[in-house]
Amino acid sequence: MGMPPLIRVQELFKSYQRDSLEIPVLRNINLEIGAGEFVAFMGPSGSGKTTLLNLIAGIDKPSAGSIVIDSTDLTDLNESEMALWRSRNIGFIFQFYNLIPVLTALENVELPLILTPLSKRERRHHAEIALSVVGLAERMHHYPRQLSGGQEQRVAIARAIATDPAILVADEPTGDLDKVSAEEVLDLMDRLNRELNKTILMVTHDPRAAARARSVRHLEKGELV
Amino acid sequence: MELVKLLLRNTLRHKLRSLLTVFGVGVAVMAFALLQTVVTAWYAGVEASSANRLITRHAVSFVFTLPLAYRERIAQVPGVNRVTFASWFSGVYIDKNQFFARLAIDTDTFFDVYPEFLVDKEEFDAFKRERNATIIGIEIAERYNLRIGDLMLLEGDVYPGQWEFVVRGIYRPRDQTTDPSTMLFHYKYLDERVRQEMPHRAGEIGWYVVRINEPNESARISQDVDNLFANSRAETKTETERAFQQSFLSAASAVITAMNIMSFVIIGIILLVVANTMVMSARERTHEFAVLKALGFSGKQIFFLISGDSLILSFFGSALGLLVTFPAVQGFQTALPKGWFPVFYIKPETVAIGCAAGILVGMLAAIIPLRRVLTTRIVEGLRYVG
Repeated sequence: MGMPPLIRVQELFKSYQRDSLEIPVLRNINLEIGAGEFVAFMGPSGSGKTTLLNLIAGIDKPSAGSIVIDSTDLTDLNESEMALWRSRNIGFIFQFYNLIPVLTALENVELPLILTPLSKRERRHHAEIALSVVGLAERMHHYPRQLSGGQEQRVAIARAIATDPAILVADEPTGDLDKVSAEEVLDLMDRLNRELNKTILMVTHDPRAAARARSVRHLEKGELV
Repeated sequence: MELVKLLLRNTLRHKLRSLLTVFGVGVAVMAFALLQTVVTAWYAGVEASSANRLITRHAVSFVFTLPLAYRERIAQVPGVNRVTFASWFSGVYIDKNQFFARLAIDTDTFFDVYPEFLVDKEEFDAFKRERNATIIGIEIAERYNLRIGDLMLLEGDVYPGQWEFVVRGIYRPRDQTTDPSTMLFHYKYLDERVRQEMPHRAGEIGWYVVRINEPNESARISQDVDNLFANSRAETKTETERAFQQSFLSAASAVITAMNIMSFVIIGIILLVVANTMVMSARERTHEFAVLKALGFSGKQIFFLISGDSLILSFFGSALGLLVTFPAVQGFQTALPKGWFPVFYIKPETVAIGCAAGILVGMLAAIIPLRRVLTTRIVEGLRYVG
């Protein structure tokens, strides 16, 4: 008997209300993703890939259906339970890095660790390790404005892995980067997947980025094809 | 890295804006405290009133005098403990802009009824021995650099002529509410000269001060005193010292009320200043708050960051305002003609209200941005383009 999937999405629907109009975004999504997979979601704009990623990451609520991750049904969690669950299980990598500009690279990486019971010294140690993993130990005291786009994205990846979550969600992680920086970031994600066995879900428009994933899922008009 | 560090870094993110907000709050708190202090100064006489003192004056007006002969009859009223009297001398010292109260008093009884005027025994004895001696308040002594033995020459107006006094005592106020700028001298000195130069005004005094045993008997005693002189040539009106002092304020009550209202309008202005800053700050950081929420930060932690920011600005603004208030009040008093407000000090209540207002404003100003941030869904926040 094989291992149960880490992520199981069943009969997932999501729609948004715009005035009196109900706009369907996702329709009857059924999906299973195993631990340690690196999945890329592709599709045209408006196909619902980011919405699906947000739902799996627990930052949005489905209209119907269930999302079970490592035996936790996200639809059963309230806001504060969901926040706690995210802090323990999900690492976020955004297209525009979303670092806090008033904090240094080290402090940005330390930010999610504030939510853990680690001591101040342990938090700093974890953050330093995470920055070493992404190759930015030398830049730990730099502010985001003092870093290049690629470096900022690597700091964001360090922040995403600092709490050692099982799942990394990346929304267009190379969308704002030049080719060289994009390759560096993809190499890093590849290493995190292979060496640290992180499950990575990535939304991308870029076929070269998608090619680095182990599997690619396509969405069109809110449905997996 | 602690959450507090993030809070402080955010507060200092736009240094100029934070500085201007703190400065704005500071100016508003100072204006509030200054207006409240002026209101306090108006009420100083009322505040200094004693519950066991009644004032008996002419029923028609304070400017009409009463016969000195009333004293013994008032003293016979049950419940009356001690009776003293005073007459308003007015006059001009140096020039007419140099104002302070000048009173002819009964030296045997006045200081018994007004224990808040503190005089050294030696000085008091010397004062009693000399007919043209005067006891002046410490504030007068400091203002004109007067010492024991110095002469004071006054040009009389209510009682015309040149009047010469020798400073024999300097009193200190027992309380902050006691006027430190009153000049007190022998009624006998006044009356002797009046008998010679204006005999028709002899034996007349300005008002009686009646010390009573039980403050709760004030209404009955006032009535008894006034009944004694009903239908006489000089009917009396007796009231508590507080009511007597308040009657002086009635003419200015509209101005005082306006100042009171203005001071609280200013609190509203502070609220708008801080609220505006907080709304701007939170809107700019919509994206960041969405990221923090996505990372797992709870509503309480977001609350801490937003309300903490607001409280820091209002706290430092209030502290700055209160700090500046003391020299501002001093400067205001110096700028006024001498004697306008003999009792002019910042009440502890004013400081407390200033502090409380600052904290309250800090909390209220955070409500709108807090509500906005906490109700914005993470995905909407992440999409927000400021």
